[in-house]
Amino acid sequence: MNLLLVTPIIVPMLAAIAALAFREQPSVRRIISLAGPLSMLAAGFALLVIVDRDGIQSTNLGDWPAPFGIVLVADLFSSFMLLMAGIVSLAALVFSFGTLRSRNIRFGHYSVVNLMLVGVSGAFLTGDMFNLFVWFELMLISSFVLLALGGGRRRIEGSVKYVAINLLSSAFFLAGAGLLYATTGTLNMADLSVKIAEVDNQGLVTTIAMFFVISFGLKSAAFPLFFWLPASYHTPSIDVTALFSGLLTKVGVYALIRTFTLIFANDVDFTHTLIMVLAGFTMVVGVVGAVAQYDYRRLLSFHIVSQIGYMLMGLSIFTPAALAGAILFIAHNILVKTSLFLVGGLLARFSGTESLNRMGDMYRRKPVIAGLFAVAALSLAGIPPSSGFISKLALVRAGIEDEAYVITGISLFVSLLTLYSMTKIWNSVFWRPMPETAPGAVAELPPVRRLNLLLMLSPILFLVGLSAIFGFVAQPVFEIATDAAESLIDPSAYVQAVLGETP
Amino acid sequence: MEIVLIFLVGGMFSAGIYLLLQRRLAQLIVGLGLLTNATNLLVFTVARLSREGAPLIESGANQLEETASDPTPQALVLTAIVIGFGVLAFFITLAYRAYRQVGSDDLEQMVSTDLLDADDDPDSDSQDGLLEGAAD
Repeated sequence: MNLLLVTPIIVPMLAAIAALAFREQPSVRRIISLAGPLSMLAAGFALLVIVDRDGIQSTNLGDWPAPFGIVLVADLFSSFMLLMAGIVSLAALVFSFGTLRSRNIRFGHYSVVNLMLVGVSGAFLTGDMFNLFVWFELMLISSFVLLALGGGRRRIEGSVKYVAINLLSSAFFLAGAGLLYATTGTLNMADLSVKIAEVDNQGLVTTIAMFFVISFGLKSAAFPLFFWLPASYHTPSIDVTALFSGLLTKVGVYALIRTFTLIFANDVDFTHTLIMVLAGFTMVVGVVGAVAQYDYRRLLSFHIVSQIGYMLMGLSIFTPAALAGAILFIAHNILVKTSLFLVGGLLARFSGTESLNRMGDMYRRKPVIAGLFAVAALSLAGIPPSSGFISKLALVRAGIEDEAYVITGISLFVSLLTLYSMTKIWNSVFWRPMPETAPGAVAELPPVRRLNLLLMLSPILFLVGLSAIFGFVAQPVFEIATDAAESLIDPSAYVQAVLGETP
Repeated sequence: MEIVLIFLVGGMFSAGIYLLLQRRLAQLIVGLGLLTNATNLLVFTVARLSREGAPLIESGANQLEETASDPTPQALVLTAIVIGFGVLAFFITLAYRAYRQVGSDDLEQMVSTDLLDADDDPDSDSQDGLLEGAAD
């Protein structure tokens, strides 16, 4: 039993339970809640080092031998994702210390956040299809609660849409897993990777693959199943939006990449071409949707959709270089997107609104926030030398090498539109004077306490700083991503680590 | 026996999807319930339905006898039923709350999250996203 693999699942769970005991002490709850993200961060980092040195780590839960019991597996990709998830959830939690009402903390906000992290860690580490379903459900039910917590018409309406669509997606996932078991007789991903090639009726395998495209496509908000995301992500408290944008859709993308490299990699002509078409539409539709928006969070929500397209593009080209690009892009996007949402939280706090039409003059009033926004926004659009530039460069290069000109062209065009969106925010929020039609809401806002301001600013600085470092010192990250991508394309090491034999 | 269940599952899936496409919240709930349970039945059916013999592997053999049904999917279904039940219970509560809040169970009325540049929520309760931090 490798305890390191279990840590990021057990610690958040214990933290969630322990926090429940301190109903009337919000500050104790705050401190306990940090255990989850910190354990993910530490375990992710340790696993990254160990996997890089000793190869893929695998542990049999309950000591049941591999294809029969449930296994937890950490390869470079999953350890890296775990590390990123730890970083971003830590930042979102610290931010929420400065903003969240103690009423929400009393309702158990932090316990639910930690339960969601249990699901996220489990989804990254599991090597079993049905177990993945269970982690997804755990993650989803916690996210339902986080979305609805606090009430209010918009939140409840957003939750209804979000819950309904996710129930549908879970049904598809479960049906797919059941049919997969029926055709191959196993649910262990490594075992599936071997057995799926031996199935006589490959048409049936492709059909099952479509179940997973629908299910994971829904969860990662890919075209045409993305409508729930911009309808719900702008409703909860801002730290929850930041957390969701950094974690949930990325777990969906992780699951897509994992299953479509390890298991459904035999009919690449059909499945990955389909994913490429979806990727193109996702990019374009997301960014065009954003053009019409004038609400800070809804605009960025459409950009989440658009950027999911880039990750799928990396998967669909299906070369080591392209997958490395996708992994880099996920890392970049997690950092930058979360910091942009957190900046939005600060802006809303200082201007009392989230509508771009009623904001203005922020560059003069809050130059630090303007600076943080500018760095993150330029990175999102892919201006050199930002992390966005590095990861888009990797994707575009892989696209050209593989002669996938159409999707590469689309991705460059979408980058331009992203820059347009960011310019729109910059102009209306920071650059122009306060619009005269706006009500004088600013004066009525209570001042922000110094400690709260520090708690809100430091995580943004941390994330933006990390993304800037990532842009300037890309080499080590790039190497990890390349190694991770190579082991995704050739899963024999993964299979061997899990089953303990050469296939 | 399988053939009956296969048609039943198909019927439940189509009824579920049909209900999902309706406008009323109550129909949405029933539709999702049908869909979840159709999936459970589907997984149950793929395990082969047979009452011949217990699914025990004879000593010396390393495979289940052909006639017995496979217990693994049945175990999976048990887990899935519990999860589905929990999530559906949550959804019913949420739907009731939505009905109270919106004053209607017509999904077409629930568009306040989709309006372009809606005013900041008139319902002050959901403004805590903006004004938290002043609270404590």
